[in-house]
Parts: sequence; C-alpha cells; structure tokens
Amino acid sequence: MDKSLTSKNGPLIAGGLIGLIAVALAHFGNPGNMGFCVACFTRDIAGALGFHRAGVVQYIRPEIPGFILGSFLSALFFREYSPRGGSSPAVRFGLGMFAMLGALVFLGCPWRAYLRVSGGDWNALYGVAGLIVGIFIGIVFLWKGFSLGASEKNPKAAGLIMPLIAVSLLALLFLAPKFGENAPVFFSEKGPGSQHAPALMALAAGLIVGWLAQRSRFCTVGAIRDFLMMGDGYLLKGIISFMIVAFCANYALGMFKPGFEGQPVAHSNQTWNFLGMVLSGLAFTLAGGCPGRQLIMAGEGDSDAGIFVLGMIAGAAVAHNFSAASSGAGIGAYGMHVTIAGLVFCVFVGIFCREKGE
Amino acid sequence: MSDIITVNASGLSCPQPVMLTKKALSGLEHGHVEILVDTATSRNNVSRFANNKGWNVEVNERDEGGYKLILTK
Repeated sequence: MDKSLTSKNGPLIAGGLIGLIAVALAHFGNPGNMGFCVACFTRDIAGALGFHRAGVVQYIRPEIPGFILGSFLSALFFREYSPRGGSSPAVRFGLGMFAMLGALVFLGCPWRAYLRVSGGDWNALYGVAGLIVGIFIGIVFLWKGFSLGASEKNPKAAGLIMPLIAVSLLALLFLAPKFGENAPVFFSEKGPGSQHAPALMALAAGLIVGWLAQRSRFCTVGAIRDFLMMGDGYLLKGIISFMIVAFCANYALGMFKPGFEGQPVAHSNQTWNFLGMVLSGLAFTLAGGCPGRQLIMAGEGDSDAGIFVLGMIAGAAVAHNFSAASSGAGIGAYGMHVTIAGLVFCVFVGIFCREKGE
Repeated sequence: MSDIITVNASGLSCPQPVMLTKKALSGLEHGHVEILVDTATSRNNVSRFANNKGWNVEVNERDEGGYKLILTK
C-alpha cells in the first residue's frame, strides 16, 4: 500500500479514498457537502473553545486533530518526522488568519470548494474560479522571487507542540469539561456545529486521511499551482479523483443536488464567493500549501505550518467576533472589508518578502 | 564540463526547491548538479522534476539531516 501511495499515482489513490471518506462523513452526520472542511472545522473548534461566540458553529471536530496525529504517526513510522521552523513565522500567522477570513467569506476551504461542486452546489464554481485566480497571483509573486526564507532544523521536542495540542483537543472533546457558567467548552445545540458524524468515526477518518495525505503529499492548492507553473499534473490527479469519487458517492447516496439555491451552508453572492477564494488561494500559495497540507506538515514537525494553523484559529475568531463571516443568509457586514484588507496584506507580503539577492 | 553546480534549497517551502532546480538545469545539456533539500517531500519533488527532464538522480542522506541529490546527465 505504501508503495502505491508514494508512487506517481499516490495522490490519485489518496484523493479518491479521501473523497469517499468525505461523503461518508456527510452521510453519517456532518453538514451538507462538508465531509471535510479544514476552515469550517477549525472555526468550529475556535468556537468550542470560546474564542468566538457564534452559537451555531461550536464543536471540537475530531477530524482536525485526527489529521495532525495521523500525519505525526505516519511521519514517525516512515522516518519523516523532521522538526523545523523559523521561516517568517509572524507572516505565516497573518497568512493563516487571512486565508481563514477569505474561506469564511466563501464558506469553505479548497477541500470543501471541490466537495461543494461534487455535490452540485454551483455557487462553489465561483469559489473554485477565485481559488485558481488567487493561486495564479501567488505564482506571479513566486516567479518574481517571493520567498519567506528558509526554515531551520529545530530540537526534536519542538515538533511535538501541534500533536500535543491535537491530543488536548481530543481530551476536551471526549471529557467535555465545563469551565464555568457561560464558559467553554461549548457544543452547538443547533446549526452546522450540531451536525456531526459520530466522534470516534470522525476521528478514525481524520487519522486515516492524515496518513494518506502524509504519504501522498495530497494538496488541494499545490495541485493547481504545480500544473499552472510547470505543467506538472502529479498532484492535480489527486483533486480530480477526489472530485470524481465524491460526485459518484454523492450521486449513489442521493446527495447530489444540482443548483444555486438552497445549498447547505452556502450563499449565492457570487462576487464575494469569488473574491473570498481569491484571498484564500493567494494566502495558501504564499504559505506553500492548502490548509489540509498545513495540518499534515504541522504533524511532521513543521512549526511554521503549526503557526499558520494557529493563525487560522485567530482568523476564525476575528471572522465571527467582527461580523465578517458569511452564513446561508449572505455575507457578513464586514466580509468585504476583511477580504480587501487581506488582499492588501497578501500583495504586500508577495512584493516585499523575498530572498536576499533576488 | 567538470564544474559542479550546488544549489542549497534546504528549508524552503514548496515549490521553491523545484523552482531553484529548474533554474539550475535550464540551458544545461549535461553536467553535474547537486541540490540540498531538508524534507522527504522536497526530495521527491526535485527528483521527479529532474527525472522528467531526463536527468539521473542519486539520493544521499546527509549526516546533519536532509538529503543531497546528485543530478547527472
């Protein structure tokens, strides 16, 4: 199996399996077209911890710690655990924050954008188009010499921080302690946060996907980046099989519902569906990979990816505390403002962060 | 012909190791190029790119961690 996952068809195999698992999770209780959504799930975790108080999106999604721990165990087993960090961490925190804000204007990370299309949500086509444009802008910066600088080898223990955070999150999920009246841990009683597959099933799914993605390097942003930049379709095969398998599974389970209106956890403001994902695509490209990939790298010991993930948690708090997140009713009051601010931030980073001598 | 080109791509995020490799190989009909990378992902990406361009790739683990990829054609 490992030989297949690390072969030239590795992303193809991993993508298909991840697509199947995603639809299964939605079938067993996750919100519609949300078998996996790294942005939404991280946002739900931020809510469960009380970093924001949007009552309908608070739940410790075990898929996220599952990704980190699945990757961590896989990296340990295959001797690829390699603690490293120090490549412009504060910039990466900002990129994580704005990637999250863009995703919450659109209502989904790239994983969910593809899953929404596979479920017939045509609003997501605008999001995918925005994602491609955002990635292309990031490529232009890369061509012009953009770099956040090299990371360095870290002490072995430094790479354990994100796996320890993942274990702590699972403890908070399964023990469900209450830290006072009107204090976390919060679990939504209605809305998307209340819809979830059984926790152990979701954790198992997360662990399996963490392993699959660690071995195959599955990346929903790198796929488009490598294809546009160098005509390399290696990772692209991963998202194509991801979408095809998800579509087939959705169709077989009666979950394929084509159209623009009435789609689950989605809105039809196409301008901001597009621009939200331009922001996300650009931020992910500047940071070197999609949010799932950042979790996987964090599990491998990459502290810079870990900082990006912590930035995403902060972005979720900003999105809901400052009325910037969208909902099924439309975009938030300040959704446009944060998207524009994020684009300005990313363009600034893209222009001014470069290696010496470039 | 006997010149060895060395590129240090250690610690760089995707896709920079492959971009530096592409830059080093561009215009070279044959030669000996050494690429330093720190992760298995970069090792695989650079190897795949070089193989696709017709270069032989020899992978050596470095004592201090990471890999030295020796590209020859």
